Amino acid sequence: MASPPFPWLKPAVLAGGLSPLALLLVQGLQGELGPNVIEVVLNQTGLLALVFLLVSLACTPLKLLFAWTWPLRLRKMLGLMAFTYAVLHFLTYAVVDQGLALGRIFQDITERSFIAVGFIALMLLVPLALTSTNASVRRLGFPTWQRLHRLVYVAAVLGVVHFVWRVKKDLTQPLIFAAVLALLLGIRAVEAVRKRRRTRAATRPA
Amino acid sequence: MSDKKAPQPPESEVTPETLYRRRREFIKNAGLFLGTAAVVSGGLYLLSPKRTRPGETPPPSGSEGNQGAAEPPAAEAQAAPKSLGPYDTDEAQTPYKDVTSYNNFYEFGLDKGDPAQNAHTLKPRPWTVVVDGEVNKPQTVDIDQLTSWFPPEERIYRMRCVEAWSMVIPWLGIPLGELIKRVEPTSRAKYVAFTTLEDPEQMPGQKRRVLDWPYVEGLRLDEALHPLALLATGLYGKALPPQNGAPLRLVVPWKYGFKGIKSIVRITLTERQPPTTWNLAASNEYGFYANVNPAVDHPRWSQATERRIGEFRRRPTLPFNGYAEQVASLYAGLDLRENY
Repeated sequence: MASPPFPWLKPAVLAGGLSPLALLLVQGLQGELGPNVIEVVLNQTGLLALVFLLVSLACTPLKLLFAWTWPLRLRKMLGLMAFTYAVLHFLTYAVVDQGLALGRIFQDITERSFIAVGFIALMLLVPLALTSTNASVRRLGFPTWQRLHRLVYVAAVLGVVHFVWRVKKDLTQPLIFAAVLALLLGIRAVEAVRKRRRTRAATRPA
Repeated sequence: MSDKKAPQPPESEVTPETLYRRRREFIKNAGLFLGTAAVVSGGLYLLSPKRTRPGETPPPSGSEGNQGAAEPPAAEAQAAPKSLGPYDTDEAQTPYKDVTSYNNFYEFGLDKGDPAQNAHTLKPRPWTVVVDGEVNKPQTVDIDQLTSWFPPEERIYRMRCVEAWSMVIPWLGIPLGELIKRVEPTSRAKYVAFTTLEDPEQMPGQKRRVLDWPYVEGLRLDEALHPLALLATGLYGKALPPQNGAPLRLVVPWKYGFKGIKSIVRITLTERQPPTTWNLAASNEYGFYANVNPAVDHPRWSQATERRIGEFRRRPTLPFNGYAEQVASLYAGLDLRENY
């Protein structure tokens, strides 16, 4: 098999994507994260999870708009990075912040919609991460696999809602995320409508 | 002829062409790898919120009355055991660095590191405070005159933020009740309203209408007369730094921190409950009373526990922030679930 074009691309994005985690670790060990370290780690891992979720959702629109195919080869890795940061975000909350007090965590998830939507978003990402291998695509069959992976749209919307509800007063940043997500989903919607028209036109009897 | 004399490298040092090409390929790929990785990490770095390191905090302006506010207190001052007053806590005090670099003061930015970074534009001298409304002796008093009437005393209080973090702070201040008694409230006075300075030049955060400026807070008159209620002029034995509300701020330790209005320019006694800033901004989240109450959750998080800044584990939050014995009687007959 021929070596893929841009063999440096995946490892570079992986290294770059994990660099904030390394920085967080170094700064944490050097005591440079300020008076409330847990808050900083929570905010940073949550932000990174959302960023990677949106970037992974940008791969298809980039192909549709510019006919680029290289983002598609990154998509799986970007999605897995989003999942990794989301898991770290949840573990920081559950283990470090709440000290694994299961009663309190359960109460948070069931009584506070802000935490509930974040938790549901994470739960939706679990089956996607588990079926991210090529073997899973084969086992499920591509149409089923694809339908399952559309859950990422729901997860992304819930993730952005979680961010909007988290903010106390200034909604600028979460609304930027919401606008980017709306754009990315909008491009898909337009494409879906076009495709349906095309197939209808093709199947219409002469 | 001359090239025959040129020294030839031994056969073992000659790179075969395929390897030579692969090496060029490798170097090119390595360069692209590093470049792409740098772009990705740079992009993520730009997206991440920036934190101020304590050492980068610019010193407050050297204006009078504010000198030395940036320096931590002398070690001996901290070490000297002081006899505790009736309301003082003997719990470990939050480091000066954390008290002055981590707080909310939206007039200087929305991040908790922003006040320390930006509040140097505030000029705490000269400063006058207007005391008026339902009083027999309305006053416009200079801050230094005020502190000559009531020499500041030290109070070591717990401070509980509505965001579920807490500190222990040794304040310097004057009892609010003493000032109110001095201006003689009329029989119509039921509430006390406080107002923060409004000056976007000194308070650059006011250039954005994040909140309805100027910041207003209020207390019921009996709460304001309670001996725990303090008008702070300093902390850790020093003048109050601008980021902590120089030159005069309210401290009501049994209430959430946002009641502790900073940089006060006006104290008005009123007949009606004053409209207060956070209550206007989100009345379902921030009540007028805002008594620390582990049984009444914020809509988005539990208030049952809190993190003391500098500690790893959460601790249970106490009713009235541990001052129930002193203040619970103020609220006899009042439903604190309704009046949160």
